[in-house]
Amino acid sequence: MRITIDRDRCIGSGQCVMTAPGVFTQDDDAVVALLPGQEDGSGDPRVRDVPMACPVQAVTISGD
Amino acid sequence: MTETDIRSTGSPDLAFPQDRTCPYQPPKAYADGRGQGPLSRVELFDGRPAWMVTGHAEGRALLADPRLSSDWGHPVFPVVVRRTEDRGGLAFPLIGVDDPEHARQRRMLIPSFGVKRMAAMRPLIQDLVDRLLDDMLEKGPTADLVSAFALPVPSMAICELLGVPYGDHDFFEERSRDFVGAATSAEADAAFAALYGYLHGLVAKKQAEPGDGLLDELIARQLEEGALDHNEVVMIALVLLVAGHETTVNAIALGALTLLEHPEQLEALRNDPGLISGTVEELLRFTSVSDYMVRMAKEDIEVGDETIKAGDAVVVSISLMNRDAKAYENPDAFDVRRNARHHVGFGHGIHQCLGQNLARAEIEIALGTLVTRIPGLRLAVPVDAVPIKAGHDAQGPVELPVTW
Ligand code: SF4
Repeated sequence: MRITIDRDRCIGSGQCVMTAPGVFTQDDDAVVALLPGQEDGSGDPRVRDVPMACPVQAVTISGD
Repeated sequence: MTETDIRSTGSPDLAFPQDRTCPYQPPKAYADGRGQGPLSRVELFDGRPAWMVTGHAEGRALLADPRLSSDWGHPVFPVVVRRTEDRGGLAFPLIGVDDPEHARQRRMLIPSFGVKRMAAMRPLIQDLVDRLLDDMLEKGPTADLVSAFALPVPSMAICELLGVPYGDHDFFEERSRDFVGAATSAEADAAFAALYGYLHGLVAKKQAEPGDGLLDELIARQLEEGALDHNEVVMIALVLLVAGHETTVNAIALGALTLLEHPEQLEALRNDPGLISGTVEELLRFTSVSDYMVRMAKEDIEVGDETIKAGDAVVVSISLMNRDAKAYENPDAFDVRRNARHHVGFGHGIHQCLGQNLARAEIEIALGTLVTRIPGLRLAVPVDAVPIKAGHDAQGPVELPVTW
């Protein structure tokens, strides 16, 4: 699985962090960021719910 | 305008918005629109037809669709309540503008509402809640849960976050209420002017004597970077202050009412305090404090077999999307163990509530503490004697007499 984040789209709602706190975080500007080493989303099984939870489609997941 | 298109299919349109009869159920009349496809037709008070979106999937797609505009400044942006009919093209920051203007404003504010900042607010909110309940217990029983508890929690929290002196709370609580709840535009305008004047003075005072709230940060940015003008800082402050007052208070009061009316669910929560965050999401879904969102189509948009035409008015029914049987099993049941994820109680798309994580923390701490500290809490009047707000306001009880 590969996670892509679009930081320009992000509106800082934090739904990604709430849904999969082992994978996502917010930087000091409250913009989405991946936790180090989490590009494959292995840190939290709920990561698959994140694209649906994000209000602006700033997170996409490709592959299995 | 495309009035004939919306109307072409016959039958008279339902007047929108409608009042609720039960405080936590969507207005009965809207329910006719359910199950008839994702769109139905309604008529606004000025005779203008509008689409009402009731499907969960379709509504989410539309709220995230840039072809639907929130630009209140547009000359034919739909007006849903009489008090805003003379808005005169005044576009409120954040809520009444589209991208890229919206994105620029939101970017400036999101650090103050980020996940980390909200985590840091929690001990302060807990302390507030504890003190308010101490007072209420000392003075009671009986109390009005709205004025004694549901209102001061968000009011104190938003003042703390913004750096607005809570000592002035009677003044701006009243004006906020009039601004969003007045019957006429003259009354709404007067409340707006009073709030604007107050915040104008406060911003000027803060320029001279900086403090450390969100407004002080905005002012610093304005002065140092020239990114904002004085008027914009005042307008942003006004939007945040009003939004901070007129939503969470209803969510706490309506949440308490809903729990008291579902004793077996309240019992489940008392027995397992770990259910509180799921309970908050379910309450947000079930009660839908913001019953609807208003938009205008900028281009033609196909939804199922229908076409929303450019210029059409669209009201997105948050309360019915949250009760869509395609999205939630047995949607009219209140179930604190349900996974209410993806409810649209905070909206969806770029305008999804900026303060949602603050609101979540407030509702969770307020209701969690209330039900554990006052196990004998109950309504002091029959539920149908609880006065509730009109259908065009944020939904909730005007007063909530309780005893214990
Ligand atoms: S859910 Fe989407 S908008 Fe919200 S912080 Fe995460 S990426 Fe940004």
